[in-house]
Amino acid sequence: MAEEMILRGKAHVYGDDINTDYIISGKYKFKTLDMDELARHCMEDIDPEFAARVQPGDFIVAGENFGCGSSREQAPLVIKHAGVAAVLAKSFARIFFRNAINKGLPVVECDTSGIRQGDVLEVDLGAGKVTNLTRNAVVEIIPLPAVMMDILKEGGLTSYLKKHGGFRL
Amino acid sequence: MGLTITEKIFSNHLGRTVRAGELVVSEVDFMMGQDGTSPLAIQAFRELGGRRVHDPSRVVMVIDHSAPSPLEGISNLHAMMRRFAAEQGVHLYDVGCGVCHCLLPEQGHVVPGDIVIGADSHTTTYGAINAFSTGVGSTDLAAAMLTGRLWFKVPETLRLVLRGTLPAGVFSKDVALFLAGKLTADGANYLAVEYGGEVISSLSVEARFTISNMAVEMGAKAGLMEADEKTLKWISRRTARSFSPVAPDPDASYREVLEFDLRELSPQVALPHRVDNVKPVEEVEGIPIQEAVIGTCTNGRLEDLEVAARILAGRRVSPEVRLVVAPASRQVLLQAMEKGVVQRLVEAGAALVTPGCGPCVGTHNGIPADGERVISTANRNFKGRMGNANADIYLASPATVAASAVAGKITDPRRLL
Repeated sequence: MAEEMILRGKAHVYGDDINTDYIISGKYKFKTLDMDELARHCMEDIDPEFAARVQPGDFIVAGENFGCGSSREQAPLVIKHAGVAAVLAKSFARIFFRNAINKGLPVVECDTSGIRQGDVLEVDLGAGKVTNLTRNAVVEIIPLPAVMMDILKEGGLTSYLKKHGGFRL
Repeated sequence: MGLTITEKIFSNHLGRTVRAGELVVSEVDFMMGQDGTSPLAIQAFRELGGRRVHDPSRVVMVIDHSAPSPLEGISNLHAMMRRFAAEQGVHLYDVGCGVCHCLLPEQGHVVPGDIVIGADSHTTTYGAINAFSTGVGSTDLAAAMLTGRLWFKVPETLRLVLRGTLPAGVFSKDVALFLAGKLTADGANYLAVEYGGEVISSLSVEARFTISNMAVEMGAKAGLMEADEKTLKWISRRTARSFSPVAPDPDASYREVLEFDLRELSPQVALPHRVDNVKPVEEVEGIPIQEAVIGTCTNGRLEDLEVAARILAGRRVSPEVRLVVAPASRQVLLQAMEKGVVQRLVEAGAALVTPGCGPCVGTHNGIPADGERVISTANRNFKGRMGNANADIYLASPATVAASAVAGKITDPRRLL
């Protein structure tokens, strides 16, 4: 993933404390490692239409503490496999945040309060800003720690470690 | 300025003074994966080009979340774990051994002063025995299996001082729920929590695990306690490893120190669908329930089953209620059998299931029907958590769950004890 990468897509908006059980329910996640199969159930318990509605390149937008709950890495993986380009939230739960970076799913910490369902957003990770094209508004992204930015740039922890042979702080 | 328990544990591992906020790469003393997370970790280990686990004696895998397997897909993932463990010389706790978070301390794998990671969010549990232990994802576990190390941001610490003694009928679960209600689901996000005060000293080590287990329900990265005489006695009986306990400096620098006086605490209940939606039992008594669950990594230990048996002895589970009991480990089950606890529970009408996670995570062992209400000793009540988004889950102590199972409705256990 290039540093200057600009993402553009529609917002799917949720509230605070979206937990990993809502992202992918325990009743599915133990069954298979087929993430495309699991992605059909992404957000099912709180938004049954999500999997059918989401378009490649769209964004999940939420309030505080997105991804709280379990450590399941299936959570960022199914979001990625559902075609979501990035998750934007006011804050993230720590394990989800780290897992998302490890799996190369951009997580964007910013003020999401002005974003409404269906708004078209442009996320500029390099410049650190989110432009709401529907509402003509710009918010700044809280920058990632350098080590996380490096992992994300490599597309995840696996390719990062293969390239560097270890952690470089 | 002095150091917190977390800062000291990291300083001991790094061989220099480390403070909150620093990014460090540290040796990991012990690591664990369960059946919901190990398959992805094995996959990531292969993708990393991993051939040999760095130190197999520092890794275990546990089949507990869906054990025994209810589905062929799950069976195949369990088989994948067994193959990997055999190939790498990693110990695997198979079906029937119990819940990872009961097993690791019980089997002496974790000691005070350790840095432990587990591919399960409730890995915070071992903080109760003075280890810095935290939940990670599968890829982090894979990286640590391969290199023996992992990067950490040393967290700031929130110190919670719990004053007084708990009234009769009030247990460590009530404390954990009370704190989740006060601090909310992200009140300790990215922070280590240190628990102190007379309440913690007065609790058994088993009861303390319940509190550290639920640190993550406030977003915490770890939930640490000091090692006292009780801790040392408990550990010494279980491990051959040497260790040195870590206490915080009196002038340690905390993000915040909060004190709670718990002398008047009531039994607590978390209402659907949030762990921090907590009310005293008096305010929710009388809500009818159809299923009751005693077990899980939060409350499936011997004294949890004992208090339930005390309430159920000579009484019957309501005909309107299924009571599912899942001991947290085989050892817990054996001790509960020896002490007649299992006899009393089963005679009262409990359905005993395999030591493991039980119905907590919605894969098997008691998925509720549409519109049903469940009261459980687990740590999460999210919508759909137990496998049906049209059911409601209430969380409470083993005593409250047992009393509610008898009455068929949410009930204050103090009247039945």
